[in-house]
Amino acid sequence: MDPTFRISESGPWTVLHVHGEIDMASAPAVRRAVVDLVGGGIRWLVLDLGDVGFVDSTGLGVLVGALKRVTSAAGEMTVVCGRENILELFRMTRLTAVFAIYDDVASACERVPSSPDAEVPPR
Amino acid sequence: MSHVELHVPARPEYLSLVRAVVAAAADLEPMRRDERVDDLRLIVSEATTNAMEAHTRVDSDERVLIRLDLGEDRIEVEVTDRGAGFEPDALETLPHVSSPDRLDFERGLGIPLMRVLADHHEIRSSEKGTAVRLVVYTSRHRPEPSTIVDG
Repeated sequence: MDPTFRISESGPWTVLHVHGEIDMASAPAVRRAVVDLVGGGIRWLVLDLGDVGFVDSTGLGVLVGALKRVTSAAGEMTVVCGRENILELFRMTRLTAVFAIYDDVASACERVPSSPDAEVPPR
Repeated sequence: MSHVELHVPARPEYLSLVRAVVAAAADLEPMRRDERVDDLRLIVSEATTNAMEAHTRVDSDERVLIRLDLGEDRIEVEVTDRGAGFEPDALETLPHVSSPDRLDFERGLGIPLMRVLADHHEIRSSEKGTAVRLVVYTSRHRPEPSTIVDG
C-alpha cells in the first residue's frame, strides 16, 4: 500500500503529512516527496508521522536522507511522532539525538527556525 | 508447536502482508505485552527486507521463505533466502550520532535491531543463501534502552 501525502503550511514551515507505513516498499515515494519539496525551494520542513503506523530501518534511513537533504539546502527539518512504537525506534537507534521530534504539528510549527533568513515564503 | 509458512515473491509490496500475517499469528498465542508484537513485526520486516534485497542483488526470481513456529511461550521465525550470503560479523559500523557523517548513512540498522529486539537470533549464511532465525518470547520485557543499537 503506497503512502499518501498532504501538504500544509504554518508560518515558515511546510508540513508534509504522511499516511501509511514507511518500509522498503514505500520508501521511494517518501524520498521523492521530500526531494520534490526541497527542489521546489522549501527549506523549513515538518515531517508529520502522526498517521504513520509502522517504520522500520529502511524508513529510518529515508528520514536520515531527508534530514541530510534539507540541511544541505541550508534548511531545517523536524519530525512529528506521537506513536510509542516509532518513538522507541528513534530512542533505540539514538536518532533522538539527530532529529528534533515533536508530539504534534502545532508544537513543531511553534519552533523558530534557527536560520536568520527564514521567513514565510510566498505562497 | 504449530507451523505456518509463507513463500513470497521478493518484492517490497509483500512486506506489509508478511507483517500482517505475523501479527495475526501472534494473536493465536497472545503475547502478554503488545510491545512484543511490535518488536516481532519489526524484526520480521527487517529480516524479510534483507532477504528480498539479497534476491534482487543476484537477480533471483525465487521466493523468500518465512516460517513461523508458534509455541505456548514463544514465536520462532526463520527467514530464508537464496542470495549470495554475507558475513554477519563484518558489518559496517555506523558513525556516532554526534558526528555530522552519521547523516551520510541511510542503511545499517536492520541487523542490529534484530539482534537487540529478538530474545534469540541466529544468522547462518553461505554463498548459497542466508537463514535468519529469530525467537521472541511472549512474556519477556522489551530491552532496556541501554541495550541499544549503537552508532
